[in-house]
Amino acid sequence: MSQALVIVAHGSHLNPESSTPTYEHADTIRRVGAFDEVVAGFWKEEPHVREVLRTVTADEVFVVPLFISEGYFTEEVIPRELRLDGWAEDAWESDGTSATSVTLTAADTGQRIHYCGPAGTHDAMTDVIVRRAESVTGDPDVGEGFGLAVVGHGTNRNENSAKAIRYHADRIREMDRFDEVRDLYMDEDPEVDDVTEFFESEDIVVVPLFVADGYHTQEDIPEDMGLCEDYRDGYDVPEPVDGKRIWYAGAVGTEALMADVIIERAADAGADVGDAVERVRELTRVAEEDGGAEAPPADD
Amino acid sequence: MSDGAIAALVAAAEEGVEFDGLRAVRDGDGDAGYRFGTPEVTREGLTESEFRDACSNHPEYVDNWWFFEGVDRSPADRAFLRWLESGDAEDWDVATRYDALREGVVRSWGQVAVTAMLGAGGRRYELRHEDDIGTPLPDLDRHEDPLTARELVKHDDRGRYRPLKTAPTLPTGWAFVGLAGRDCTRALDLIYPATVANWHLEREGELDVDHWRPTMERQTGIYGVIETWDRGDGHEHVEWVAEACCEDSQCLKRREWQYDDETDLDADGGDGVFPCREPCSLVVAAARKWTRLEGEQSRTYEFELTPSEKEQVEAIIDAVADGRTEDIREADIYEGANRYRTRFLRAKRFDDEGNLCGVETDPDGEGTNEEEH
Repeated sequence: MSQALVIVAHGSHLNPESSTPTYEHADTIRRVGAFDEVVAGFWKEEPHVREVLRTVTADEVFVVPLFISEGYFTEEVIPRELRLDGWAEDAWESDGTSATSVTLTAADTGQRIHYCGPAGTHDAMTDVIVRRAESVTGDPDVGEGFGLAVVGHGTNRNENSAKAIRYHADRIREMDRFDEVRDLYMDEDPEVDDVTEFFESEDIVVVPLFVADGYHTQEDIPEDMGLCEDYRDGYDVPEPVDGKRIWYAGAVGTEALMADVIIERAADAGADVGDAVERVRELTRVAEEDGGAEAPPADD
Repeated sequence: MSDGAIAALVAAAEEGVEFDGLRAVRDGDGDAGYRFGTPEVTREGLTESEFRDACSNHPEYVDNWWFFEGVDRSPADRAFLRWLESGDAEDWDVATRYDALREGVVRSWGQVAVTAMLGAGGRRYELRHEDDIGTPLPDLDRHEDPLTARELVKHDDRGRYRPLKTAPTLPTGWAFVGLAGRDCTRALDLIYPATVANWHLEREGELDVDHWRPTMERQTGIYGVIETWDRGDGHEHVEWVAEACCEDSQCLKRREWQYDDETDLDADGGDGVFPCREPCSLVVAAARKWTRLEGEQSRTYEFELTPSEKEQVEAIIDAVADGRTEDIREADIYEGANRYRTRFLRAKRFDDEGNLCGVETDPDGEGTNEEEH
């Protein structure tokens, strides 16, 4: 029986690059041949979540939301638009970061849908954050002498938003790899504006937990941290701020290894992915010999 | 025609085949039990070897059957690929069809011209913008991988992002060549997502249409406010939405959704080949904004304008609404929406705060309903 992967993401009416990481991860997964079909659907672009299942032939569909945290989109919008029969918000029995998957039928197409928790809360996401730090510093062993800031949006409207950030920050701290690890936020305390005050290390890698680069990661956060007065002026990586060096990584969702998290989500839900996880890790590896960051795989 | 096609037909003859004039059946009584027929010939009592020879002598019929029935396709893909080459004559016989395919059969799918033709490997498809149909292939950017369609259609010819894939702004200058059947529909699915699936559902009488009301009723979060736009005073506001967003000049889909099950809209739904089965995300986002704006009460303002200035304001609104501003020539001051003429109107009629004729928008400080986006 054939199996399909559907990656569901937000997309944008205004920003043409919003969907780019989704497409790139879909291409990576397609390349390792883990699924008969790999398709992306969006809330703000086409195919819309509402119709994406119609473009998929397989009876067995693994749906992975490319979102950072559990909440409104993963619990309300996506199940509703996919028309998942019998969906209930407590179907995952999640504490906010522990959703795995549920198997339901799509009323629209009759397909069996393995609806997975968001990519952002999977344990493998922790590795992507670390990989992001490796990519941006060009050092596969980065850690000693470095502080790491995991940055989230944060919002008082949804407590799960910050939970996902804290979860990964805690896990990275337990690795004992970086000298210091902090979770910081745009819209709640502790705020990313004061990033240098939270670290003693001279070098600080800042990784925003966002799916795509856009207004927040390219304009707000660099300006708030003092990397530049005006985002249009640009900044260096690293950029000196208050006597420290900020290695600003941009949206973690653009890291090529993110494809691995998506596959692992589907595999946890029962997808037969063979050795795809290992192959994606190999494909997206940061080259160790030259110590430089390897470009993500080119588009097909 | 491949040996595989003949082998498949030998196997299928056990059950009996009737397709586009081809008849193949095995009666099951010994060595000479095969029958082979086309509209031109009927042969009976054939051994398997003779049956195979008959197949080889009528390759088009076998190939035609193999292409549509022998390859695993979704029902929508199959129906679409057949539709592509049925032209105006649904009843084309196979010989006529193959003659046409050798020449190339062109049909429009939105702004895409799809050409079906016969290549070395059987049917092959070429896609390009219909405006490029007369352009020599070497002058177009050639592509073979359907996935590249994603990047190709992201921006229009003026470099602007196309959030609505079915907007009539498909860029020109590219061609997909040598596509197999599945890759043809895959590329179209990236150019005009889900249109083949919904077109097929409509042909089967199974298209599910979600009208305005149920679609807005299921909105939540920041879009939940749209529901409040219905204030029991008819549905003129939905007519305005449809007129603003859903006509052919803005979107190539044919609007099939109405106000509700019982109430059709007067606004024309367009003539597009693919149906629109519910208000799209752009309409929902716009409706949210209009819901906020329509919450305001009308006021009476008094403006001093010359008759020509009033007409000029109307001309400006028309030009912007129809996307014509870029087409108005720089020195054409006869056009109301000409830039210099508009700048003159602004210089003359705006005060330092940008108020038309110096009339304040909100002199009593009651506030407008403008909001962040």
